[in-house]
Amino acid sequence: MSDGGGAGGGSKRGNGSEGTGEAENRPHRFDRLPATASERTVPNRPTRAAVLEWFEERFGIPPGTFEGYSFWERGAGKIWCLAEVDTPEPDAVDVEALGMTLLRTRQEHWKPTMAGVQKFGGHATRNVLELDDERARRFLAGEEQEVEWEGDWGYLIIAHEIAGGVEPLGVGLYTYGTLRSQVPKGRRRELEK
Amino acid sequence: MDVLERYEPLVGDFAAFLAACERPLPSVVRVNTLRTTVERARAALAEAGLEPEPVGWHPGLFRLSGQPGANWPYAHGWLHGQEEVSAVPARVLDPRPGDVVWDATAAPGSKTTQLAALMEDSGRVVATDNNIGRVSALRSNTERLGVTNTAVTTEDARNHSLKPFAHDAYDRALVDAPCSCEGTVRKNPDTLEEWTMEHVEGVAAVQKGVLRRAVQATREGGVVVYSTCTFAPEENEAVVDYVLGEEDCRPLEMDLPLEHASGVTEWQGETYDDRLTRAARIYPHHNDTGGFFCAKLEVTG
Repeated sequence: MSDGGGAGGGSKRGNGSEGTGEAENRPHRFDRLPATASERTVPNRPTRAAVLEWFEERFGIPPGTFEGYSFWERGAGKIWCLAEVDTPEPDAVDVEALGMTLLRTRQEHWKPTMAGVQKFGGHATRNVLELDDERARRFLAGEEQEVEWEGDWGYLIIAHEIAGGVEPLGVGLYTYGTLRSQVPKGRRRELEK
Repeated sequence: MDVLERYEPLVGDFAAFLAACERPLPSVVRVNTLRTTVERARAALAEAGLEPEPVGWHPGLFRLSGQPGANWPYAHGWLHGQEEVSAVPARVLDPRPGDVVWDATAAPGSKTTQLAALMEDSGRVVATDNNIGRVSALRSNTERLGVTNTAVTTEDARNHSLKPFAHDAYDRALVDAPCSCEGTVRKNPDTLEEWTMEHVEGVAAVQKGVLRRAVQATREGGVVVYSTCTFAPEENEAVVDYVLGEEDCRPLEMDLPLEHASGVTEWQGETYDDRLTRAARIYPHHNDTGGFFCAKLEVTG
């Protein structure tokens, strides 16, 4: 990451000052991501620039895809995406949810959410693994499977064909010839043949 | 079904009403147009062997031959299982892209996500519920359907605060109120076994408080829709009649494209504002759905 926003920094927070209170990551408050590292007041908080860069580098998703959306952090490293209105929300919003989860940046390797991939993954040109129907079913059921994949290791967008087009379905973790489904338990389904 | 006998004076064809209440409901899904087109969703449902049958009055609503939740289009967030008649209030509210809208009693989110779709995921929906468990269901639906214009708050809607947000009033508000759920008897036959007048009176007090707050929080010229899935006038016309007396608002005519009866203006010795005939009562035998009540108000102050 160009500005260190993606390095595996821990969740230790420093103290500075922000217009909305102390500069730390409060678990029940959404804080708008700073545009760039120079505007950052909370140490290790990812920047908007870093998030855009990561989606472009990892999946070839153009930064313009996220125009009109603001990015927010709640808790350490969980990034949410919100459709912005003409009058932007305050930089700190104390609510239960703000838009949709997009990305987890807590670990060394950033991980997109299933919801984020389903919404924005159609713009991806890289690290997209298309599965046939039978393998896609096993993926949706949460199973691990052996696959042939010549591309990068790590988190991939898993796609398959539905109603005459290829659509992103979720996130898989590929290492050593094995694809591990990252479909959250609540969204796993055993589909009838 | 004894509870239903009390509505005989209100329902035109009471025998047809009772017969409909005893029939199970068909499965219905709404296409999530934030994710796909109605045509593609229909093709995917057909691929899954679910024989989608369009519901005439609302584009993107389909009755299915099987269960709505275990198929490819559902896994992609293309569909949301939703009782047909519960698609009414969001359509009556008619939000536009860019609007700022409050869904006052939002969980589990069928109407929240429908509002977001009608607004093309722009503007702002604030979705409120007071029960953290139900909020969790709401959250999982907004995520699955890819809704990004919605903020969720956990609070008592009667004390809803706009403080967290940039807006200081709403363009539109939906109060699809908690109720005695008599109209869901086709889905949950046990609903009426727990029916008591005390519960109706208790829930009516909550309904009045939420509807008042919705009118207060909406700008002059804005629209508030009040709906329930129950037949009891105590929870329907009586609630709206009370709020007409307490807040600056007036009932509007509704353009409702499915069969319904007019709201009532008297019930068991009580009389209500004459303009409540503009409200709609949808009985199960009208369109082979659950039961529903809906009223549309304009905020005048």
